[in-house]
Amino acid sequence: MHPAPSIIVFTTLSGIGFGLMAWLGLGLGPDGFWFALLACGLALGFASIGLFASLWHLGNPQRAWRALSQWRSSWLSREGVASIVTLTVFGLYALLWVFFGVRTPWLGIPAAVLAVVCVVCTSMIYGCLKSVPRWSKPPTSPLFVALGLAGGALTLAALAPISGPAGGVPFWVATVMILVATAMWLVWSTKARETRLDADGSSPETAIGLPHLGRVRLLEAPHTAPNYLMREMVFQIGRKRAEALRKLALALGFAVPLVLCAIALAVPAAWPLLLLAVPVHLAGVAASRWLFFAEAQHVVGLYYGQRA
Amino acid sequence: MTVEPKIALSPKVSDEIRRTTCYMCACRCGINVHMRDDKVRYIEGNRDHPVNRGVLCAKGSAGIMQHYSPARLRAPMIRTGPRGSGEFREISWEEALQTAVDWLEPVRESDPKKLAFFTGRDQSQSLTSWWAQQFGTPNYAAHGGFCSVNMAAAGIYTLGGAFWEFGAPDWQRSRLFMIFGVAEDHDSNPIKLGLAELKRNGAKIVGVNPVRTGYNAIADEWVGITPGTDGLFILALARELMRTGNVDLDYLIRYTNAPWLIVADEGESEGLIARDGDGTPLVLDRKTGAVRASSDGDAAPAVKGTVTLPDGRTARPVFELMAEKVLSDEYAPDTVADACGIPATTIRRLAAEIAHAAFQEEVVIDQPWTDMRGVHHDKMIGRPVSFHAMRGISAHSNGFQTCRALHVLQLLIGSVETPGGFRFKPPYPKPVESHPKPHSGVTPGKPLDGPHLGYPMGPEHLAIDDDGTAKRIDKAFTWEAPMSAHGMMHMVIANAHARDPYGIDVLFMYMANMAWNSSMNTRGTMEMLSAQNEDGSYVIPKIIYSDAYSSEMVAYADLILPDTTYLERHDCISLLDRPISEPDAAADAIRWPVVEPDRDVRGFQSALIDLGARLKLPGFVKDDGSPAYRDYADYIVNHERRPGIGPLAGWRKDDDRPGRGAPNPEQLDRYIENGGFYTAHIPEEAQFFKPFNKAYQDWAVGMGLFDAPQHYVFNLYCEPMAKFRLAAKGYGDRQPPDNLRQRILETFDPLPAWYPPFEGAMVDGFPIHALTQRPAAMYHSWGSQNAWLRQIHGRNPLYVPGSICETHGLVDGDWVWLTSHHGKIKVPIARMDAVNSHTVWTWNAIGKRSGAWALDKDAPETTKGFLLNHLIHELLPPKGDGQRWSNSDPITGQAAWYDLRVKIEKAEPGPWSEPHMPAQQSPVGVGPDDIAYGEEWT
Amino acid sequence: MTTLPQTTEKKLGLVIDLDTCVGCHACVIACKEWNTGGYGAPLSDQDPYGAAPSGTFLNRIHTFEVTPSESRCGSAASAAQIVHFPKSCLHCDDAPCVTVCPTGASYKRSADGIVLVNEDACIGCGLCAWACPYGAREMDHDAGVMKKCTLCVDRIYNDNIPEVDRVPSCVRTCPANARHFGDLADPTSDVSRLVEARGGVELMPEQGTKPVNRYLPPRPKADIDAPDSIDLVALAEPETAGFLSWLDRALERLG
Repeated sequence: MHPAPSIIVFTTLSGIGFGLMAWLGLGLGPDGFWFALLACGLALGFASIGLFASLWHLGNPQRAWRALSQWRSSWLSREGVASIVTLTVFGLYALLWVFFGVRTPWLGIPAAVLAVVCVVCTSMIYGCLKSVPRWSKPPTSPLFVALGLAGGALTLAALAPISGPAGGVPFWVATVMILVATAMWLVWSTKARETRLDADGSSPETAIGLPHLGRVRLLEAPHTAPNYLMREMVFQIGRKRAEALRKLALALGFAVPLVLCAIALAVPAAWPLLLLAVPVHLAGVAASRWLFFAEAQHVVGLYYGQRA
Repeated sequence: MTVEPKIALSPKVSDEIRRTTCYMCACRCGINVHMRDDKVRYIEGNRDHPVNRGVLCAKGSAGIMQHYSPARLRAPMIRTGPRGSGEFREISWEEALQTAVDWLEPVRESDPKKLAFFTGRDQSQSLTSWWAQQFGTPNYAAHGGFCSVNMAAAGIYTLGGAFWEFGAPDWQRSRLFMIFGVAEDHDSNPIKLGLAELKRNGAKIVGVNPVRTGYNAIADEWVGITPGTDGLFILALARELMRTGNVDLDYLIRYTNAPWLIVADEGESEGLIARDGDGTPLVLDRKTGAVRASSDGDAAPAVKGTVTLPDGRTARPVFELMAEKVLSDEYAPDTVADACGIPATTIRRLAAEIAHAAFQEEVVIDQPWTDMRGVHHDKMIGRPVSFHAMRGISAHSNGFQTCRALHVLQLLIGSVETPGGFRFKPPYPKPVESHPKPHSGVTPGKPLDGPHLGYPMGPEHLAIDDDGTAKRIDKAFTWEAPMSAHGMMHMVIANAHARDPYGIDVLFMYMANMAWNSSMNTRGTMEMLSAQNEDGSYVIPKIIYSDAYSSEMVAYADLILPDTTYLERHDCISLLDRPISEPDAAADAIRWPVVEPDRDVRGFQSALIDLGARLKLPGFVKDDGSPAYRDYADYIVNHERRPGIGPLAGWRKDDDRPGRGAPNPEQLDRYIENGGFYTAHIPEEAQFFKPFNKAYQDWAVGMGLFDAPQHYVFNLYCEPMAKFRLAAKGYGDRQPPDNLRQRILETFDPLPAWYPPFEGAMVDGFPIHALTQRPAAMYHSWGSQNAWLRQIHGRNPLYVPGSICETHGLVDGDWVWLTSHHGKIKVPIARMDAVNSHTVWTWNAIGKRSGAWALDKDAPETTKGFLLNHLIHELLPPKGDGQRWSNSDPITGQAAWYDLRVKIEKAEPGPWSEPHMPAQQSPVGVGPDDIAYGEEWT
Repeated sequence: MTTLPQTTEKKLGLVIDLDTCVGCHACVIACKEWNTGGYGAPLSDQDPYGAAPSGTFLNRIHTFEVTPSESRCGSAASAAQIVHFPKSCLHCDDAPCVTVCPTGASYKRSADGIVLVNEDACIGCGLCAWACPYGAREMDHDAGVMKKCTLCVDRIYNDNIPEVDRVPSCVRTCPANARHFGDLADPTSDVSRLVEARGGVELMPEQGTKPVNRYLPPRPKADIDAPDSIDLVALAEPETAGFLSWLDRALERLG
């Protein structure tokens, strides 16, 4: 699948934003004003930038409001509805907290649940596509949720010392969540690598409905130059490039943040390192997200010479 | 649940439907052009039309993009830069026509042969040939010589008619259909309709073709024959049928020259038909043993035995000679299997299937008819085996004999003009004798002494001087190609450049992309077109070219006469020319301007008529010297070739019988009302056995196809070839040059024969055959300017058989050098297994020269597309004596495109296919970056 | 609207005969020319005369080579065969493209089962194209909306078109008569009978989309290496000893 920058920004930033909201809603971190302002601002900012980025992907963004109507069947619509509700609930929560110093779990806990729902919706936009086995087979929702929560926890840990002590629960949560996310990513990646284009039994032979005739090979494509389908869904990534990116994602997304978390846990005074860990982690997640799209094969590729 | 949106289920479609004839290829289908706001909304097939019955191919539907192509020429132009550069200045029509007159008038007054007028994919040959004849030059032909003249000429000489325009399989009744060497060449929609009908009826389709695409892909059986061996395969089938007695002897005796006696003695009449004093062929009566005229109705002709003629010579029937020849081991399935690449068992089985279908599944129609001898028949009995063939068997140096072999196979099983077999389309059948003979008699300031092209019946009809020099610039009808019935357009530029047989002054061409895909030796041709003398003048001094589009050839002309698109013009698809008839009806058609031109362009035919009038050519001016015709439309209506016979057969004045009558000023209106065509049905009793069917002959005379009945029998034996052979043996006044004698003796067998294609026999180290096929969605070079079609075929890989890929370590996307005896090209490849294992191939005419056709300079057609033409030379490699023969059929001169032999080597990839020619300047710029056709209606 | 109707009154669709399709692309272009001036936005073409021309088409033909597992000998021709394969929207009963649509622009008509895009509501997110396993949807670059086969919904009920022509443009034009249009919910319809008689198949049934369109597989090809199925000599005279003796008897019969 084509790794469109708008979609990578959307899923990465909204994930971390909603992850941060979830932790804040659960009451994690100090209650102080500066923390409240920065953490809530960043959570809303990440989520909003992510959601706006998704609009760049649209052919007709001026009609985006229509996307709220089909929540009964469409994960994308659910994502839209859930985002707005979450942003509203969390917004109120943040408003009361930042300006009135009231941090109420009556809004916080629903906001946290909604934030996780948002990330689930985002993940299910992709996870529901049977046409892309690498998304529908492996545990894509747990991966997105784990990444969102890890990023959120990391951000929270980095900001917590502004209004509270360095170290303690936020640091532990961040460290554990990065570990969980690393594990999820490894599990997902392993499963994804095993998930081939023929995971549901689809092949060039079933694609043309002639499984008993013999081995099917594309002789001549319907068009000489790439068309929309090929640009969008028959994206080819070089193996070396993918391997390099995988290492980059592992290092930036997980290893470096984990090391920095460990240092901060051991030496709380080194907490500003966590401020560095957040963008590093984001870059790593973005790289992994790029791979998430670029390595995903769509069964339409079976019509264009691809084979499991 | 929300409610479903309300959508307009009956939106307005169009303001008006204008019905005309397609010209996106040569098929001439009927089209309904839907007009909206004076723009073409869409084009669909005309359901009433006899050719396409409503269907339409990709090209036809893409007519919109052709009509609005950015490559359309906009105004007459005169060259300003050097030839080939593409630099022009637009001029007025007055200036353009006056320039042409200034160039042509002195030629006509001094030496008319110094004009060479050749037209390409011309559908107005009855006008263009007449114009050339009135001008007085012998140098006229259309593109048949480099297209499929072998198919046409073999058909005419053998059957008195040919495939495609002049005949078609009986799709409805055939049980077995064999199609040879056809890839969307001609008649494409009718063939597709026919194949569908065969499939519906459960008939078997056998595709004989080295490549299994298109029709061959859907054939029930594919015979992946090695190129150039079709004749061997066909003769092996014939041998098996004869060997086992599966031939229709009654049919052969009645309707072919099988029983005619051939002189067997050595001497000046060896191989000629024995005739009586009136010239009537003689037969041996097997009842009485007497020699009698073949016309004697009560004779029971023998088909074997040696007889002594009244004058003492001995003679033998054609059939016995043929049996002797065909039954020889030379054509045994086991002998030919390796060469053809077809197992002997397959050949025997196919022969059995032919026999089974022909004789066990015979078709009987309860339709009485009367033959030419007055014999009444209760029924029409048919052999439901039919055949079709085109370029693939034709474009070889043994193509004429191969095509003849195929027709003879049809005759052996009695399936020509019988139900279930092959049927002629009016004005055919027509005996070869009734066709014109070639004319080349030049008188300055006067018309030629007769029509240019025709069917020679012997050396006496050759277009040569007493010393043997060619009278025509293309050397058609010379000893190099005595029976070149369509001329040899592919030799014109080379011969004019070499001033052999003479230099010319003006080269005038229409719709023929000779500077690119329509020439062999493309680069050489471009050099010849721009070759200069020492004084800087051009070797071919003046070139006039007419085309609708900015083709590669435009850049090589000095004066451009811009033609219209097919939707902007008048045309007639005439019974005098190549009509749209079907086997059960005579039919002709028109084009008319369904859209007015928005540029300063004129239909070529109108421009030609204007030019004819300015040159005061007889027939083009009235007695007072004023123009006889206003334009082509006026000519179509008012021209009479014979009294009462004009370009169009329908709706003539005083129309008491169809086909004949005085010109009717409202004729075109009647055509337009009727959908652009006219049909005259053949009576039921005249539908089959047409050459011998009294009712058909009477109907044809009534229609004006002939002025008297033209009964004849089919020619298993082709006597004109025997005459050329006698000359080669030294008999007669007209003698071939010594260097050609042996070749004529070897190839002019009056009975069908096979010999290896010349190029393959002469070159060593080029083991692979290389071919092109025309894709279904493209017509020659035209398709690449079409925004829709070029998305389908924007480049043409070389398809390489799997076995060759494995030998050379090639995979999809690799590049190779392909080398022939003449040249070398570098091209990208794709692997293909469904192809003869000795054959590589590619799509025809996708490769483009940079700067042409209003395409970007980096269009894939120019960067990755390529032509095989660079590998093919118009001459064969030098022989031992240093002489070089033409790379064509020695009988008809048909360009032997498919004789090409190559070798293959892996190459470094890209960046361009080689040779990469420098860009021409586009006289029309480049097309737009975006199209959203129809936005105003949506 | 993105929930699918439980059932549709009709299941209009196409039956495509792979035994007859010669891959001529007639349907591709007929579709393009009808629809570029018809339902919804035009089917635009980018870089139409340039290096990488790319336009919106609703119907395309792929050419496949199919190689049977067993090889053959004795012939210069392999057993590989070519299948020309036209592909457009299959108007699935369980159309995933419809259910993923966030705006309800994509819908399946309850009357006839046609899957359509209401372009006024389409935001051009492309998710429906991702959801379709068949590549039946293409986003139009200029209009930013999703385009797909409408089964020529603006032809098949159109009172301004003669009744005989109220079929999709691709069906109307197909020179090989390889395309058939009708109601596949009606077991007595011509298309249903054709599917029954010829063993019509679904594409990728494992994707669970329940396509309406069916493809008729190529009929088995004659095997070029097959032994003689008809004995040629048996067709001739039983006592044939040679061509000339046959000839004598044949002439006797002619009298």
